[in-house]
Amino acid sequence: MSEHLYKYLRTETFPTPFCAGCGHGILMGVILRAIDELKLDFKKMVFVSGIGCGAWIPSPHFKTDTLHTLHGRPVAYATGVKKANPELKVVVISGDGDLAAIGGNHLIHAARRNVGLTVICANNSIYGMTGGQLSPTTPKNTKTMTTVMGNPEEAFDLCKLVKACGAKYVARYTVFHTKPLIKAIKTALNTDGFSFIDVVSPCPTQYGRRNQLPTLYDMYAFIKNRLVHFDALKKYKKEELAEKIIIGEYRDED
Amino acid sequence: MIGMAEIRLNRKWCKGCGFCVEICPKDVYTRDTKVSPRGFQEIIIKNPERCIECFLCEYLCPDLAITIIRTQHPINKETLPNDL
Amino acid sequence: MKTIVKSLLAPRKYFMQGNIACAEGALAAGCRYYAGYPITPSSEIMEHMSIRLPEVGGVFMQMEDEIASICSMIGASWAGAKVMTATSGPGFSLMLEGIGYAVMTETPCVIVDVQRAGPATGQATKPAQGDVMQARWGAHGDHRIIALSPWSVQEMYDLTIKAFNFSEKYRVPTILLADEVVAHLKESFVVKPEIEIYNRDKTLTETPFGTQEEDGVPPMPCFGQGAQLLVTGSTHNEYGIRKVADPDVQERLVTRLCKKIDNHKKDICLTERYFTDNAEYLFVAYGISARSSYAVVSELRESQINAGLLRYITIWPFDEETLKECALEAKVIFVPEMNQGQLVLEIMRILPHQKVIPIPKTRGEAIYPSDIIKVFRKYHE
Repeated sequence: MSEHLYKYLRTETFPTPFCAGCGHGILMGVILRAIDELKLDFKKMVFVSGIGCGAWIPSPHFKTDTLHTLHGRPVAYATGVKKANPELKVVVISGDGDLAAIGGNHLIHAARRNVGLTVICANNSIYGMTGGQLSPTTPKNTKTMTTVMGNPEEAFDLCKLVKACGAKYVARYTVFHTKPLIKAIKTALNTDGFSFIDVVSPCPTQYGRRNQLPTLYDMYAFIKNRLVHFDALKKYKKEELAEKIIIGEYRDED
Repeated sequence: MIGMAEIRLNRKWCKGCGFCVEICPKDVYTRDTKVSPRGFQEIIIKNPERCIECFLCEYLCPDLAITIIRTQHPINKETLPNDL
Repeated sequence: MKTIVKSLLAPRKYFMQGNIACAEGALAAGCRYYAGYPITPSSEIMEHMSIRLPEVGGVFMQMEDEIASICSMIGASWAGAKVMTATSGPGFSLMLEGIGYAVMTETPCVIVDVQRAGPATGQATKPAQGDVMQARWGAHGDHRIIALSPWSVQEMYDLTIKAFNFSEKYRVPTILLADEVVAHLKESFVVKPEIEIYNRDKTLTETPFGTQEEDGVPPMPCFGQGAQLLVTGSTHNEYGIRKVADPDVQERLVTRLCKKIDNHKKDICLTERYFTDNAEYLFVAYGISARSSYAVVSELRESQINAGLLRYITIWPFDEETLKECALEAKVIFVPEMNQGQLVLEIMRILPHQKVIPIPKTRGEAIYPSDIIKVFRKYHE
C-alpha cells in the first residue's frame, strides 16, 4: 500500500498478524484507499469488528476509534454506537463466520432496521483463526478441518440474504477487484442506510492448503475462473451457477 | 535514473508470499534462492527499470509493503493489464 | 464527576409500580440509551422507556434478543451515553458474555435483572431470588461486578440512580437485582427535588485502560473525541493494545479490575441495620426477603426477643466487616432467601464458627413472615 496512506495506520502494530498471502491485508488497503478518496474525517469514524482474522483488519491497525467486540456481535455493538451518536460514521469489518453464523441474527435485523451502518464482510469461507473449520459460506464439497470428505451443506449467499432483508446497498467483489471494490466501498459509505459488501478474501493457509491451492496466486487463479457478474446472471442456468462466485452490485430483481 | 519508477519495498512488513512476483506483468520481482533467517525467500526487486507503473503490486500486496512512486513522464497506457 | 441535578419528575409523592419507578430513576440519573428485549416480569421498564426516552432526547431500541441488547448498549456507552437494559432470568443468562465484556473493557452500564422463578423458563410471572450467584459469578473469567438489591418501590427509584453512579464512577457493569415482587409492587414513593449523580470522567487520555495505581479507574473518552480508542475484550495494556500472550499484562489488568472494586468497598457497600446491636437472633436478608424479615424482627422485638436484621442493599461486593460486627453476639443467624440457599453460602464462609440457618423458599411466591417465623421457632426455646 502506498506510503501516503500510512497516516491511517498505527504503523507500530505492523507487520500485520495475518499469514503470508492472506487476502485480508489487501482488503485493509482497499478500505483505506476508499476512505482517502472520499476525504472522510477519519477521527469521526468508528470501526467495529468481532472475533476472527477479519476482525483484526481494523483493530488495532486503524488509527482511529476501534471497537473489537464479542464473537458475532459487532453489528449489535455498531447499532448502539450509531444510534447513540449518529454523527459518527460506523463501519463494521468482520469475517463470514462472525457475521453470518454466530452473528447472523444481528446482521439480518440491522438490514431490516436499515441502521446507517456499512458492513464489510471479509469472507474467506473458512474459520481461519480457530484452525480451518467449516463456515456457513464454505462452498459445497470443499474440504475443511471439520469436513475432511468435503462439505455436504449448501453455502449462504450473504448478498442475497442481506438484500432480501432490505439493505439499501449490497455488492460483492473479490479482493483482487481493487478498483471496483474501492468504488463499491465508496458507494456504501455514502449510502444513507444499511450497506453491505461481501468481499471474497482468499485464505491460502486454512482454505487453500486443504484444497490444493496453497498460495495466494493459486487461489487467485481458482477464483478468477469462477466469477460471474450479477448483470450476466441471466445467461446461466441455475445448475451452472453452483460453483460460481457472483460479483457486482446486487440490484432489486425486476 | 530519470524516467524510472521508484519501487519501495517495506521489508519489515513483507512476509514473502510472493504474490508480487507472480502478479507483475513485467517480471520486476523475483524470489531469493535461499531462505532468509526470517524463514522465507526474501523478495528481490530484480528489474526495476521494467516497471510500467500498473500499480498491481502496490494494490495487491497483502502486507501493504509496496509503494510505487510514479515517474513524471506519461507512460504507455497500452501496456497496462486490463483484466482486473 | 459528582454533580447535583434537578429531578426530572416534579418533586412530590407518587404512587407507582416498581418497574416504572426504576425507569424513572434511570432517566433521572441521565440514562439516554436503552436497548432491551421483552421479558416478563421486566417488560414495563422497557415499555415506559420507549415512551419517556424520546421525550428527553434519548434513544430507545428494541433489539432482536438480549445478546444484541447488551451489546448495543455497550456500543452506545462508548459513544458517550449513559445506558441501561432490563431483563429477567433467561435473558440475563444470555447477557452474561456481554457483562464479562463490559467488565473487561470497563464500560459503564446498568443491567436490571427482575428475578423470576427458574431454572430455564420456570415460572415467568412468579418471584424468586435465584440469580444472586449468577450475577456474581455468571460471566466467565475472574472478575468483579456491583449488584444492588431493592426492597421497595422507593429503592427501585433510588438504587437505579445509585447503580448508574457506581457504574460511571468505577467503570463497571452494575446490576440491579430486583425481583418480581418489588418490580410489580405498587406503592407510594417520594421524588426529592434534587438528586446526586455521577458523570464519567471523559478526559482525553492516552491510557484509557490503565492507571499507575493498582486499583485505579482510568478516564474514559468516548468515540469521536479523537482519543483513537482501541477497545477490545481481549487482554490489553493501558493503551488498549492486545497482549494476549503476556502474563504480566494479564495479571496487572485482572488485578486492577478486581481491586478497583475490592479496595472501594467502603464507598460501594450499602447495608441497613435494624436492632442489630447485641442481637441474639440475627436475620440477614436482601430484597423482598428483607421486607418479610423486617416484619418478623419487629414482631419479635415487641415480644421482647432480642432479634435484629442486617439488610444488604449492596449484595456484591459483599460487606464482610458489617456482617462480622452484627454477628458478634448472635446465637443463631437466619438467612431467608427465595432460593435454595445462595447468599447464605457466603455468610457460612465468613462465619464458620457460628450457627447459620438458611430459610429457603422456592415456591414461586414471596417469602412470607410466617415462613420465617416457622423456622425461627425451631431455634427459639
